[in-house]
Amino acid sequence: MNWSEFFSMGERAFYVWGSFGAFGLAIIVEILLLRMRLKKVTEKVKI
Amino acid sequence: MSIFKYASPSTFYPLAGKMAPWFAVIAAILGAAGLYLGLFRAPVDFQQGEVYRIIFIHVPTAWMAMLIYVIMAVYGVMALTFNTRLSSMMIEALAPTGVMFTVLALWTGALWGRPTWGTYWAWDARMTSTLILLFLYIGYMALVNAMDDKKRADKAGALLVIVGSANVPIIYFSVKWWNTLHQGYSVAASGSSMDASMRMPMLLMTFACWAYAIAIALWRVRAIILEREKEAAWVANLHGSASLKTSGVRA
Repeated sequence: MNWSEFFSMGERAFYVWGSFGAFGLAIIVEILLLRMRLKKVTEKVKI
Repeated sequence: MSIFKYASPSTFYPLAGKMAPWFAVIAAILGAAGLYLGLFRAPVDFQQGEVYRIIFIHVPTAWMAMLIYVIMAVYGVMALTFNTRLSSMMIEALAPTGVMFTVLALWTGALWGRPTWGTYWAWDARMTSTLILLFLYIGYMALVNAMDDKKRADKAGALLVIVGSANVPIIYFSVKWWNTLHQGYSVAASGSSMDASMRMPMLLMTFACWAYAIAIALWRVRAIILEREKEAAWVANLHGSASLKTSGVRA
């Protein structure tokens, strides 16, 4: 199996990578939002 | 010492901070293994082709969507019976992650359905009840945010998640109770119709999602604890400001 074959996912790249991509993106966004929230509150209580 | 020792936000705050990184590490390791096996090692499905790999995301996220709501309902029962603030904080900490997993389950289901069934969406029992689950999560968050009186918001929120949890068995058994477009169980306690090479990455991704959700909930509950208890003396005592407090300089 070569890489272009891997990324094409048997002509189903949009569906497969659309799913795995959304999963990765959601996790990154949640972690970033949570970090911002934690930063904001720790600055407020000055710890 | 009892388990109730950690039922107070001030004792749970440092404990959550200690535990969260471990769960994050477990999530990363299991997730990496699951993705590797799922994308590189699991064979192509003879009926569905490559698109079946979506289930490695879809099934774990759909399970998490239901599981997190059930856990929120359990905390809801604890919040109402023992009147513990931390239980309500845990419900609040879990809800956004529940929303995330429910959205992902619906999204990946649509992307799987289109090439497999020929449609992104159908109003079948399982899909509709999962959409209702999403509204129940959002409804809880909206309700708790809309009420200024935190004590009342906690009570109302706990009640809502307990009542709303009746939807979870409906989702789970929908494929049995109704003639759905959605397929039935592939994995059950009685055995699995999936080959081990496909089941393994799915289970690894599931446990990765568990560990992830625990880590995120622990970190988020720390934020919630600080947000709600910022006036409390123990918060002022955190991280070395203790000397200020004991000498009476606390502002």
